[in-house]
Amino acid sequence: MSRIQLTFARLKQQQRKALIPFITAGDPSPQLTVPLLHALVEAGADVLELGVPFSDPMADGPTIQRASERALKHGMSLRGVLAMVAEFRTQDATTPVVLMGYGNPIEAMGWEVFAKRCAEVGVDGVLTVDFPPEESHDAFEHLQAHGIDPIFLLAPTTNDARIEQVAKLARGYVYYVSLKGVTGAGHLDLDAIAQKIPQLRQHINLPIGVGFGIRDAATALAVAKLCDGVVVGSRIVQEIENSTEQNVVANVSKLVKELRSAVDKA
Amino acid sequence: MTYNYPDSTGHFGIFGGIYMAETLIPAVEELSRQYLRFRDDPEFKTEFAYELKHYVGRPSPVYHAKRLSDDLGGAQIYLKREDLNHTGAHKINNAIGQALLAKRMGKKRVIAETGAGMHGVATATVAARFGMECIVYMGAEDIQRQAANVFRMKLLGATVVPVESGSRTLKDACNEAIRDWVTNVESTFYIFGTAAGPHPYPMMVRDFQCVIGNEAKVQMPEMIGRQPDAVIACVGGGSNAIGLFYPYIEEKNVQIIGVEAGGHGIASGKHAAPLTANAKVGVLHGNKVYLIQDENGQIIETHSISAGLDYPGVGPEHCLLKDQGRAQYVAINDDEALAAFDALCRFEGIIPALESSHALAHAMKIAPALGKDKVLLVNLSGRGDKDMNTVANLKGITL
Ligand SMILES: Cc1ncc(COP(=O)(O)O)c(C=O)c1O
Repeated sequence: MSRIQLTFARLKQQQRKALIPFITAGDPSPQLTVPLLHALVEAGADVLELGVPFSDPMADGPTIQRASERALKHGMSLRGVLAMVAEFRTQDATTPVVLMGYGNPIEAMGWEVFAKRCAEVGVDGVLTVDFPPEESHDAFEHLQAHGIDPIFLLAPTTNDARIEQVAKLARGYVYYVSLKGVTGAGHLDLDAIAQKIPQLRQHINLPIGVGFGIRDAATALAVAKLCDGVVVGSRIVQEIENSTEQNVVANVSKLVKELRSAVDKA
Repeated sequence: MTYNYPDSTGHFGIFGGIYMAETLIPAVEELSRQYLRFRDDPEFKTEFAYELKHYVGRPSPVYHAKRLSDDLGGAQIYLKREDLNHTGAHKINNAIGQALLAKRMGKKRVIAETGAGMHGVATATVAARFGMECIVYMGAEDIQRQAANVFRMKLLGATVVPVESGSRTLKDACNEAIRDWVTNVESTFYIFGTAAGPHPYPMMVRDFQCVIGNEAKVQMPEMIGRQPDAVIACVGGGSNAIGLFYPYIEEKNVQIIGVEAGGHGIASGKHAAPLTANAKVGVLHGNKVYLIQDENGQIIETHSISAGLDYPGVGPEHCLLKDQGRAQYVAINDDEALAAFDALCRFEGIIPALESSHALAHAMKIAPALGKDKVLLVNLSGRGDKDMNTVANLKGITL
């Protein structure tokens, strides 16, 4: 069983929901990324989504755009992100790490090399925002050959036929985008999520994580009740942005602990 | 074998495709369905033709730039006068086509990205014409370079949103327009301004712009008794170029030349010429194309004096035409484009857009070595009114 499968199996047994925080690699600075990842795990994260910064983050709102810009200013690259995962793995052999970003940095490295490096450093899943299943055949061949899970986004606009298509290719878990919009948007519609999840479950046997628009303990709890995992991105990145290099680890840790206890009430 | 691209999944060979976030995929698929439905609908075709004739003022004439040609002493230069269109550039051909489709799809809100402002003005114009709300995204840097066009858009009732992220130019305006679309996907039609982006845009924009080449194919035999020896157009995203080139692809005796923005020169790294500079294949704004990027796959800031060519990518069909060898792509530097701009003003009394000046500059470069019986047809994609400030600044004059 993969690390992602083991994690969700354990959570199911404990009757708990997954907490899946997102941070951008290299934000606020490259030295702080690995300490932040360990702090996230200590504060109760089950799966880590690590953003690979890109110059043109079309699906992201201003908060994650700025995180990408900060990271790129520090010279962050896909190669650098992979090295960070390798360093993280020297002290944490169990927490799944999912890389999340846009396709072009991977295209530039080449999917075959990328997939091989992912396996070597201990990446568990890859989510490429702008690569839908239709354009991903080569990518998945290489990811699967190296046992890396392709993680897919599903959206409120996704119809049954497409859910079916994603169900065939997805591994690990699927990530339901809870609203029409970019990351960090505010308008979460819980009723709409409650209606959509059963539709997804008709086709998909994997755990379903929900993200976009989760801002605090209350929204985390409300969403956790409806699915298998809660993804929190912009709110954590905002905490990083509002902190100093000295207190960022403590501040993020405090925030994630609050989210953890909220999710555990679900 | 006949040329027949894109395939049913929107690919031009390895290029093109639909590389978009999941939220927008159903919208793009719906757009394809609707476009394919209306493309051959007699009523749609009639309305499009009517608007092109009575609103845009088509057909645009072909003009023999005789004094300029005589001065160069070689091939004859002919100009396809897209600068005479309503709103002053080829962009309106496509904006009308997409607005007619938006109308049929019941969309009351249109958005657009713009670089030089010509596509923004064209979109604001058709939005006013058809009674739609219009939002135009424009890089903050371009807003400064093209202040007159910003004012025109506002006069036409559009909201112009400055984009402060990234390089604050066309590519960032595209990013922001895509963010708007993903947020307002149900109410909004994205009128994309060039022959790039996710399928069906490269095909649809090409089809709407093909009126340029289709007219030229009739006009040239009327004027000179045959087709030209070469067709030449500037390439930003590639819409005016593909509009002229596409009807000539099967005319094997006609050479096809696309002219990219060489900026300070390819060697300087400060340019916007992915095809000429042999940029690597990459994925941006919904399609796989040749893309100016660093070794880590990050998009590099481009440079051109013309905002409309200042873009790191290029439409997928041009990538294919380059690989097939059917078209050649060259670059013209800022100073060469400016010299061509001056020459057309002085010799012919026509003030061209800086974008179009790139195409003209290449024609002027190759004409002297060719015989006087050779004919080069240059797409004069737009007029230069919008560039008065830029050109004055370059000449050290404050208006
Ligand atoms: C007059 C003119 N020509 C050419 C272009 C470049 O666009 P494309 O390559 O799509 O024709 C622009 C873009 O703004 C323009 O305004």
